[in-house]
Amino acid sequence: MAVVFQPIAPRPAPVKTEGLVPWVRANLFGDWKSSIATLAILALGIYYLPGFFGWAVANAVLTQDANLCQQARGVGACWAVVGEKFRLIVFGRYPYEQQWRPELATLILLALLVASCIRRFWKPWLALVWIVVVPAFFVLMGGGWFGLESVPTDQWGGLPLTIMLATFGIVLAYPLAIVVALGRRSKLPAIRSLCIVYIELVRGVPLISVLFMASFMFPLFLPVGKSPDVLLRVLVGITLFSAAYLAEVVRGGLQAIPKGQIEAAESLGLSYWQTQRKIVLPQALAMVVPGIMNSFIAIFKDTSLVTIVSLYELTGALGLALNSDADWRPFKIEGYLFITMIYFAFCFAMSRYSLWIEKQLNVSRTR
Amino acid sequence: MADRGPPKRRDWSWRSQAFRGLVYQLIAVGAVALGVWYLAQNTLANMAARGIQSGFDFLRTPAGFDIGESLIPYDALDPYWVAFGVGVLNTLRVAVIGVVLATILGTLLGVGRFSRNAILRGLCYAYVEFFRNVPVLLQLLMWYLILTDVLPPLSEAISIAGVLFLSNNGFKFPVPVWGLGQALAGVGGVLGIVLAWAYRRWAMRQFELTGRVRSLVLVPIGIVIAAATAGWIAGGAPTAWSIPRIDGFLTTGGATATPEFLAVLLGLVLYTSAFIAEVVRAGINSVSHGQVEAASSLGLTKGQSMRLVILPQALRVIIPPMTSQYLNLTKNSSLAVAIGYPDVVSIANTSLNQTGRAVECIAIIMAVYLTTSLSTAAFMNWYNKRAAIKER
Repeated sequence: MAVVFQPIAPRPAPVKTEGLVPWVRANLFGDWKSSIATLAILALGIYYLPGFFGWAVANAVLTQDANLCQQARGVGACWAVVGEKFRLIVFGRYPYEQQWRPELATLILLALLVASCIRRFWKPWLALVWIVVVPAFFVLMGGGWFGLESVPTDQWGGLPLTIMLATFGIVLAYPLAIVVALGRRSKLPAIRSLCIVYIELVRGVPLISVLFMASFMFPLFLPVGKSPDVLLRVLVGITLFSAAYLAEVVRGGLQAIPKGQIEAAESLGLSYWQTQRKIVLPQALAMVVPGIMNSFIAIFKDTSLVTIVSLYELTGALGLALNSDADWRPFKIEGYLFITMIYFAFCFAMSRYSLWIEKQLNVSRTR
Repeated sequence: MADRGPPKRRDWSWRSQAFRGLVYQLIAVGAVALGVWYLAQNTLANMAARGIQSGFDFLRTPAGFDIGESLIPYDALDPYWVAFGVGVLNTLRVAVIGVVLATILGTLLGVGRFSRNAILRGLCYAYVEFFRNVPVLLQLLMWYLILTDVLPPLSEAISIAGVLFLSNNGFKFPVPVWGLGQALAGVGGVLGIVLAWAYRRWAMRQFELTGRVRSLVLVPIGIVIAAATAGWIAGGAPTAWSIPRIDGFLTTGGATATPEFLAVLLGLVLYTSAFIAEVVRAGINSVSHGQVEAASSLGLTKGQSMRLVILPQALRVIIPPMTSQYLNLTKNSSLAVAIGYPDVVSIANTSLNQTGRAVECIAIIMAVYLTTSLSTAAFMNWYNKRAAIKER
């Protein structure tokens, strides 16, 4: 019998697990439930998206003409309102010929904020720069010095006010928060209870009640005849409010420092303040940067509340720009969408940074 | 002497830690007391100078303003304290409904982040990122604008099945006519819950004794439904409904959710659910994957391992941040003042403008929120303790 060589059939190639088709199969049509969900969402999208696209883009009016907008009402968006009222929405009632001042001041503030987010600049001199920039901002905005025309604070408004309230609210609250957080972990019962009462009292009430207090009660607190500026009062209110939240964030960092380090410092003969300054705080404060960032985002969003006590930051400035103008008032929703995008851009960028820095700071602990 | 620690120095010297601590505390307390005294003095002087009256006696005088919506009967002649009561009830109404809806929506969104379907996953992610990065006040204002400006007037209301009506006047829906049957059904339901709870305890004990598994979900639910139905039938099984009817500019029958209430509710629920979704996601993420694998190697189904293994462990991580989200929602309901929903802040604001008693009105707002916050925190701490790992 002659043995004839019979090649066996080659094995089929393994099922592809990479590439578009397998991804779609696994992620969109994994099982029957997933397939139904995919098809249902696609159907809804096909049904509704063209209408939305038509309203937002295809039929939208960009020419700054209230009559054209009025004709397109219900069919197309009137983005022209943003162009028409841009100055009023973004800068509030600040005098037009002086507008370079809020622009410059806000740019400086933003630049310093960005610099403060970079780890290389986390040095003691950064605090000094802040101490210089905070008054400089007020001088530039308020004027009255160096030949700058004086602009009362009730004319400040828009995005510069939003950024200012959020930034100063956090920056001024930061030292207070550290003191209160240390106090809450103090061994001295009287100091500890004072700090606990402060933190829990403030965290138990809404910001709006603090703002009401700032606008109605702070004037009563000062000696007869003296009434500080409303912006200053609100700033004090926001600072006291955010300090309580920030103190809890800082306390989280303090608690994460192993007790052995403090004991080691004590056995080396360091005093309480030396221990805190040289051992505990440098580690704890670096650890809580993501938490501080989250507080900053929260305060940035919460600044929109000051419109209730008639300060015209971004949300208030929009009402200011549109409520009194019968021609453009019907297109408030487009204005709202515009400032929604501004808020979203800021907050989303900050939350991404917070996630990124968290990973950076934990790099020694991940493997 | 076997036990001789370092001598405890309690002398009156700066070197003694105890003495220094005492001095520091005295200084701190003294400074705070001095500050408070200074502010109080100024406040009293200012009030005298401006002729502001103080005290809570105004609460007994007639309020003199109308309130748009109220859970209890109220008219403008009622005293201020009734008006504040209306405000507190309105705050609690929006907060309680909001917490329930936000929990449901947030949990669905959080679980949706783990879906095997990429579109669903993406949509949940986009929802969370969008809604939590836009100020809640802006969202409230936008919803209010949409509900009052974009929706058609009452005469052209959008009608769903002829019984639900949506217009710029609010949302109208039918309600059952209250009668003996409904009352008895309510009593039956409460009785059913007690019975179901007793059954559950008995079944759990039986399971621990004999290992026999009894239904712990369907049977209790069945007991509650059966008891409620029995009460309803005993009351004559009433089926009368009050259905809203629109004749031109007037409506009769049914119940209405005002645009203010809907805007506050929508804004708060959509905003808070984005945060709750993140809380739930973090909680589920915190349960290690080995647990899931161990559960499936023991033969538990996917649902069982979710219910018996993952959720009880995730719950421990979820409860504390969930508590603070509930508190945030309650506190954010104070923003209702911006769109005119008569919550306690709005009532206090009106009273403040009418009577000029800033200190008292703000104190009432703070007291209401502090009480709510502290009691919610206490309840959630109690629940948290129950859910925590029992350690020796």
